[in-house]
Amino acid sequence: MSEYQHSVSLDADKCIGCTSCLRQCPTEAIRIRDGRAKIRAELCIDCGNCIRVCQHKAKQAVFDRLEDIDPKFKWRIVLPAPSLYGQFDELKDVGCLLQALLRCGFDEYYEVARAAEIISECTRRYMRKPDIVFPVISSACPAIVRLIRQRFPELCDNILPILPPVEYASRMAKAEALKQHPELRKDEICTVFISPCPAKTSYAKNGLSATKSSIDYVVSMSDMYFKLLPYIKKAEPGKVRSQSGIAGVNWASSGGESEGLYSDRYLAADGMVNAIQVLDAIEDGKFPHLEFVELNACPGGCVGGAAAVENPYIAKARIHGMRHSLPSNQNYLRLINQKPDYVPEYVMVDSPIINHVPEVRLSDNLAEAMRMMQRIDEIYKMLPQIDCGSCGAPTCRAFAEDVVKGECQIDDCVVYLRRMVQENPSGKRRPNDGP
Amino acid sequence: MDVFRLHFDIDGGSFASAGNASVEVKKTLRQLGVSNAVIRRCSIAMYEGEINMVIHADGGTADVEVYPDRIVMVLEDHGPGIPDVELAMKEGYSTATEQIHNMGFGAGMGLPNMKRSSDDLKIETKVGVGTKITMVVRL
Repeated sequence: MSEYQHSVSLDADKCIGCTSCLRQCPTEAIRIRDGRAKIRAELCIDCGNCIRVCQHKAKQAVFDRLEDIDPKFKWRIVLPAPSLYGQFDELKDVGCLLQALLRCGFDEYYEVARAAEIISECTRRYMRKPDIVFPVISSACPAIVRLIRQRFPELCDNILPILPPVEYASRMAKAEALKQHPELRKDEICTVFISPCPAKTSYAKNGLSATKSSIDYVVSMSDMYFKLLPYIKKAEPGKVRSQSGIAGVNWASSGGESEGLYSDRYLAADGMVNAIQVLDAIEDGKFPHLEFVELNACPGGCVGGAAAVENPYIAKARIHGMRHSLPSNQNYLRLINQKPDYVPEYVMVDSPIINHVPEVRLSDNLAEAMRMMQRIDEIYKMLPQIDCGSCGAPTCRAFAEDVVKGECQIDDCVVYLRRMVQENPSGKRRPNDGP
Repeated sequence: MDVFRLHFDIDGGSFASAGNASVEVKKTLRQLGVSNAVIRRCSIAMYEGEINMVIHADGGTADVEVYPDRIVMVLEDHGPGIPDVELAMKEGYSTATEQIHNMGFGAGMGLPNMKRSSDDLKIETKVGVGTKITMVVRL
């Protein structure tokens, strides 16, 4: 298997080794070593929490830039995320945004919200199938999917085996372009997603489990914001009509996807802490009657992405304000003579979503692992248990594990060290240290 | 080393904290290298046990012992005890109050789920004294 490509990276020159990101990492993937943050690649799920909290801008999201697009692509299709619709104060209608996108140098646009409507319809059909595992968990947030594959391996079968809207949008956009422009070759068309979060970059680069992504470039919403702003001001309202319904645009914030299922047995949670608690509860069998679970890594949903410009709740309110100007739905599967639980093959993931548990075992020998666990407990009891982070680990517990794994020494805990020196002032001094 | 022990005090007053021991057990078993399927069984058994102690017994203690070939979970409380164990084991049978039902608990699946998730389930109970449940999951 090829190396997983992450989209959260560290600018070591800017990192001063403060502990802001340390405790905010939901998978405890960060340690401070030698005065710099280090991300453990196998644990990172690209949620972007650390980017949001870093005051020194040392944590960065990896995005493509418009300038990076290969000139071999003669037809560039932009895929605006629904959350983009909520970023602009001056936006008179969605059409103004679409005009502005074309002015930025794209040849065509395909609204991801259109695909979202179709995915909602497919999900409703999928949930009628007799032999599926409930609750069905949304596949839209790549950070959540990665979290489940890593930490809740038994819930992989609950993940909706249907493409996330952005993927379906990319595939549809390319197919439509080929139809409308027979002079174009397949390899002359590219799709460029304007993303609110780094996790979508990872998704585009790595795919979903074994399903490859057809998205060619992922650019940051905050980069595009400033490029779009002047054009949006000049755009003419009423000139271009959005092809999305409000049901698709609603996916921008938490609960929007669930609403599109017309079921009242759903749960929508956002933010990593909430998502993890919900997944733990589902794994324990806490919600026997729940049908659908929508989880978003970012607070408020996609509008809260680390690359979004506007406050998530302001963006959500703006999108809410579009309700009167858009129809509820504009995109339909238009299936004829199919069973109610039929889901077209082309929206399904190419292969099952399988778990990808990182190596958290202390040892491959159970007896040895038990000994190490005992030692971790003993060391933990010697620590102050205040989780201050000065040692470079997010919690005293994590530090005890690092000590037992041989990654650091108990003296790296300054509180422990001070207590040792106070209790035994001369004990630390070795003969060669001099007076 | 032939046994690793975990001890939890289950707080009786709070539904919010019920499930904490289950989460802790999951994390520990994963670090010990126990298989995903066994971890899931243990976490369900543990969670149901925690909830039962919160609903019926105002809390109690949970002790988890990991042996090279099995995991033993002992849940002990000083609650009202179970008058008719056979009846309590029936799916859907519940003595939880209306209020508990309204909170979405008390479906009468606690003990049956614990039995289903473990290889061995032993209930020692005395009305007015308390209940001790021992569950074994083999590795």
